[in-house]
This record gives sequence, C-alpha cells and structure tokens, in this order.
Amino acid sequence: MTARIERPLSPHLQTYRVTLTMALSIIHRATGIALYFGTLLLAWWLIAAASGPGAYANVQAFTGSIIGKLIVFGYTWALLHHLCSGIRYFFWDLGYGFKPNEREALTWGALIAGISLTVLVWIIAYTVGGGR
Amino acid sequence: MVEFALPKNSKITGGKSWPKPAGATETREFRVYRWNPDDGKNPSVDTYHVDIHDCGPMVLDGLIWIKNHIDPTLTFRRSCREGVCGSCAMNIDGQNTLACTKSMHDVKDGAVKVNPLPHQPVVKDLVPDLTNFYAQYASIEPWLQTTTPTPQKEWKQSHEDREKLDGLYECILCACCSTSCPSYWWNSDRFLGPAALLQATRWVKDSRDEATGERLDNLEDPFRLYRCHTIMNCAKACPKGLNPSEAIAELKLKMVERQI
Repeated sequence: MTARIERPLSPHLQTYRVTLTMALSIIHRATGIALYFGTLLLAWWLIAAASGPGAYANVQAFTGSIIGKLIVFGYTWALLHHLCSGIRYFFWDLGYGFKPNEREALTWGALIAGISLTVLVWIIAYTVGGGR
Repeated sequence: MVEFALPKNSKITGGKSWPKPAGATETREFRVYRWNPDDGKNPSVDTYHVDIHDCGPMVLDGLIWIKNHIDPTLTFRRSCREGVCGSCAMNIDGQNTLACTKSMHDVKDGAVKVNPLPHQPVVKDLVPDLTNFYAQYASIEPWLQTTTPTPQKEWKQSHEDREKLDGLYECILCACCSTSCPSYWWNSDRFLGPAALLQATRWVKDSRDEATGERLDNLEDPFRLYRCHTIMNCAKACPKGLNPSEAIAELKLKMVERQI
C-alpha cells in the first residue's frame, strides 16, 4: 500500500429515487424560507398602510400587477402548505402515523390541503374583495 | 455540510460497455458503478448484459453472474444470500436495499442500475467504507448496562417487556437506512443516523437495562438525535421492514417525557 488514497464519494442525490416524503420535506424547508420573504412583503404592506395613502397606493399597484399577484398567490400557498405540513410533523412528533399507508396519506393530505386551502382563500378573496 | 454536487474526483465519467454474452436468448442490462483505487481515474458506470436463463432471479445473482462470466474484477460484498447478514446492501434502481432479496424483475423498465450505498467513501466498486457507521453504532453502547448486582441466573424479562423490542432487535446493520437519509448525507459527522438511533431505542426500551438516563443524556444534542427531520427514507429503505423513523420519534418523546 502506498500513501493515503483519495476515495471518491458515492453518488447520493444523483441516484436516489425521489420519494414523496422526501420531496415534501424539501418543500417544507423551501416554503419555510419563502415565508421570510413573504413576511417582508407583509411588513411592507403594513408600514405602507400606516404611513399614508401614497405609500399604500404603491403597494396596491404592485400587488395588483400580474407579477405581484403571482407572488402574493405563491405566498398564500407557501404559508398554508407550511401550516398543513407542520401539522403533519406534529402528528409524527406525537408518535402517530408511521405505518406506510398512514405516512403516505398524511403526506398527500398535507399537499392537497395546502393547495385546496390556497385556492379557497383566493376564491373567497375574489368574491368578497372583487379581485382587488 | 450540505453539498448537492459530487466532489471533482467523484464525478462519474464514461464507462465500458461489455459485449452481450454469446448464445444468450434473453438478457438483462446491468449498469454498475465502478471505481478502482489503483488506476487513478474517476468512477465510471459499466454496462453488462446478464443471461437471465443462466442466472438466478435476484440482483445479487446477476452481479455474481457478471463476476463469474464477464468481469472477475467487479467487487462487492456478499455472504449469506438470504437477507440475514446485510453485506450486500447497495443502491439498486435508486433505492437502498439488499441485492440478495431484491429481484431484478422487480426493477421496472430499462437497465438495473447498481450503485454503492450513497454518500460514503468508496473502497472499490460497490464496496463503501462504513467505518464511521460502525463507530456511531459503538457510540450508543449497544450492550446491557446495569448497576444492580448480577443475578445468579439470567436477567429475567417478562413476555410483555420482551415484546417491546420487536421491530428493533431485528436490525442487521446493513446501513441501508442511514445511507438513504439526506440528513445523514449532510451531517454524518455529527448526526448518528437512523440505524444507530434505532439501536439506541432498542436499549432504552429494554426493561433489563438500567442506564436509560445516561443513554438519553448522550443523545440530547441538536445533531446526534435532532437532525432527524422525519424524511422517512429510512423506513422505506429498510429491507427488514423496520421503522427507524418511528423509533426516533419514540426517543424524542422520551426526551420530553423525562422533563415533565
């Protein structure tokens, strides 16, 4: 044997088949990070509302634009998905829902509930607020 | 540390395509990870064709067939060939399992892709270096610890208490679970991983063991235990059908219970 061998690292993300729970774990982390930016948006809205009609109109113009609407829609989903997904982790932390069918059901449930609640919130917002 | 890409020396480049065996009527394609410490090259993926009428049904049968008939340099661990020893753990078709209990016919469409257990240093071909994995197992002190005087005969355990170890004692330490875990990939230097934690649970739950407090103290750490984010890859990978995720949740619950 010669000196120390530089061993390669075996492939990981490159080969591992993505599972539902694995994907949702990544999405939970990603939506968590997105919420930081969403909160900034929320803070901007509140500060603008407090500082006067001019500033508030700026926010309105932004959230009324297509890009703004997309971002706010994304924020709604990130928030609601993170909430539903978080409730799923709550079940697991209490020691429930570990059987294969239960864990898949919980995970699908969180994903579907997050999307449905987002759509629901926007339908209500449009009916009540008239798409403003 | 989180590193999505492979280091430079680990990137897979090229690979040899071996000719189909002469006279075979039906073959199955195998794509196998290769790395030879002696030639100074990067890892590669070789393509082989296995004569399925001359070969058993399991992926391990295929690998042995390749070694016997095509390429004697192909290196992998195997021993019992019946899911008891845990030697032939590897990544097959994107999931960690035992080559001896995984049928090559269960791998749907295309080639049977075989890689070493993920995110481990490679010794050669499909043989990973599991030194760290075993050291972590040793660190949970997997033996009976007592302070009361040793009884004249054996340490007694009721049937009910013995049943609490079901789903924990069956672990064969094949490392399929730990090396399937992204948290373990990024933090295996500090996170104990599902296999060691499942065994920690096994000793914490053993009615005869008297070191429960010390065992939990040893795990009370942001990394050792709490790097588990319930990703559940471990439970899906385990070839013995065990559930390390659930065992880890029990440990986390015990941590809380002892504080109340």
